[in-house]
Amino acid sequence: MSIWVNESTKVIIQGITGNQGMFHGEQMIDYGTNLVGGVTPGKGGTEVLGVPVFDTVAQAVEKTGANASIIYVPPAFAADAIMEAADANIALIICITEGIPVLDMVKVKRYLGGKPVRLIGPNCPGVITPGVAKLGIMPGYIHTPGHVGIVSRSGTLTYEAVHQLTTAGIGQSTAVGIGGDPVNGTDFIDTLQAFNEDPDTKAVIMLGEIGGTAEEEAAEWVKANMTKPVIGFIGGQTAPEGKRMGHAGAIISGGKGTAAEKIKTLRANGIEVAETPAIIGETLIRVIKEAGIYDECVTGSTVK
Amino acid sequence: MNVHEYQAKELLRSYGVPVPNGIAAFTVEEAVDAAEQLSGPIKVVKAQIHAGGRGKAGGVKLAKSQEEVKEYATELLGKTLVTHQTGPEGKVIQRLLVEEGCAIDKEYYLGIVLDRVTGRVVIMGSSEGGMDIEEVAEATPEKIIKEVVDPAVGLQAFQARKLAFAMGVPVKLVNKFVGMVTKLYTFFVDKDCSIAEINPLVTTKDGDVLALDAKLNFDSNALYRHPDVVALRDETEEDPREVEASKNDLNYIALDGNIGCLVNGAGLAMATMDIIKHFSGDPANFLDVGGGATKEKVTEAFKLILSDENVKGIFVNIFGGIMKCDVIAEGIVAATKEVGLELPLVVRLEGTNVDAGKQILKDSGLAITAATSMADGAEKIAALVK
Repeated sequence: MSIWVNESTKVIIQGITGNQGMFHGEQMIDYGTNLVGGVTPGKGGTEVLGVPVFDTVAQAVEKTGANASIIYVPPAFAADAIMEAADANIALIICITEGIPVLDMVKVKRYLGGKPVRLIGPNCPGVITPGVAKLGIMPGYIHTPGHVGIVSRSGTLTYEAVHQLTTAGIGQSTAVGIGGDPVNGTDFIDTLQAFNEDPDTKAVIMLGEIGGTAEEEAAEWVKANMTKPVIGFIGGQTAPEGKRMGHAGAIISGGKGTAAEKIKTLRANGIEVAETPAIIGETLIRVIKEAGIYDECVTGSTVK
Repeated sequence: MNVHEYQAKELLRSYGVPVPNGIAAFTVEEAVDAAEQLSGPIKVVKAQIHAGGRGKAGGVKLAKSQEEVKEYATELLGKTLVTHQTGPEGKVIQRLLVEEGCAIDKEYYLGIVLDRVTGRVVIMGSSEGGMDIEEVAEATPEKIIKEVVDPAVGLQAFQARKLAFAMGVPVKLVNKFVGMVTKLYTFFVDKDCSIAEINPLVTTKDGDVLALDAKLNFDSNALYRHPDVVALRDETEEDPREVEASKNDLNYIALDGNIGCLVNGAGLAMATMDIIKHFSGDPANFLDVGGGATKEKVTEAFKLILSDENVKGIFVNIFGGIMKCDVIAEGIVAATKEVGLELPLVVRLEGTNVDAGKQILKDSGLAITAATSMADGAEKIAALVK
């Protein structure tokens, strides 16, 4: 079991004929993802990576029955691509693209309102359900199937946490990168809620960073609703105010959105916070031992 | 991206937002000329730097005569202004704005920003103009009025009226205020601003509504569609290494410490700074080489780190996903051959092609300290620079 991505996920790639689309498409297929097609306007009727290419998402859905799309188109065209996927009723839209103008995302978010679709990202590594399907750019081999859910604003930091878990013999149910932009689709709370409802997820790691108040809101939600242990980490404890730390969303402004403030709120809401990024796995293990669910979570390591 | 106040006002003027008459000056002579072309008994001479708090720091002067304009321009140009936003080193004043003074009746605050919680643009107004709005928000949050804009229809007049009445704008000036807010919103959206702040917005004794100051910040992701805004960039206001980094498509932020960091991914880069600090080290920079870094890009990143004289050691922390460890290793070897390396270098590699990467470093014969984990690496580099 898992959230959002499972055996019945049929994936298309928007931007499949570009460098990124081709490269990651191949990696996704290698991982066992059920890639059923791709979309590049003007390239309809051709074939790449062994799957058909369509001119529009609507055509791709009609011909392949796709229910998920992963977007690798350049930032100037990404907002349009997300809306096209939503118009075609793609249930799960994952946008990897980094650098989309924020006002484009404001429009996208308004457009998606009320539609039966879920957007993950933009500016995210995607979603992986280990052993089943990989919809993103994460290195597949560091993952192992299991029962710990991960939700994160950062890509490589997620890999770090996954690697620590896998080497300690703790598998993952699903890892979700929600992205580092100030306006995105799925947030921490949506993801935590899905993990809470997933019978196969026993515990969750939430990786946050400076900027905004999403971690604080999530912490309050966890206290009020979550029935499973959650541990956290907040990146950017040493970041200065007013400097944008790589992600468009990672900036401390007006003294708000500091790591110290977030860590305090997480702890006040019963979430254990790893002091350093090196002990994220260790912290999770300590907490699941305390909760008496360690034995259920051990899956054995598949990585040397 | 930030622009100067005089540039912001020129942009706003072109959108019909009322601003005082003013002319930019780069020399004392230009300042005096500017003052001659302007009318009114009082001229305001304003230092143009990319930082707030100029007034309190003595960067804004009221001149009652041409002699005073000359005196103030002479005093300000070339002076280092230290405000609460510049840091202790301050910023050198290279440009001035000479403006017509006006008879202020009352000061207000008007700001447009992105609200992350709703994912929408929000207009904020307050009767407490001229003050630090963050202090107002802290002490008297009820004095900040907000209107959230629906992007499908844009700002509506009723919303601007609601703001005006709640802020206590005099009834006979409400229409002028509504016009100004509407134009400012149009500008904000047209030009992909991330902040547009008028503080203070003033009503004058002559019955006008004016933007007395203007602070604009533009979304760097949207600059590709605004060459007119890019043309206003003043690189002398930015850290030269950050300018160099942006040319090479590297995410670099200069910090005060002595440990240079080279990391892939923004989240991991932040976390690397944190763990260095945890081991009592002090990071010299934030540097994310990104996911698609090439050997050349890694070389540029190395040069950038070494151009900081404070750097006493380097920590490379890579979790290869899409980024392959052997590519990083080749970049490190090439960079050290090109620029030389006398400083301690700790490298932690993990992820895709890690064994090939480690072999390349080993075969290079370079004096590299290998780390087995992020914590191990941070501890080692912190000890080496001590």
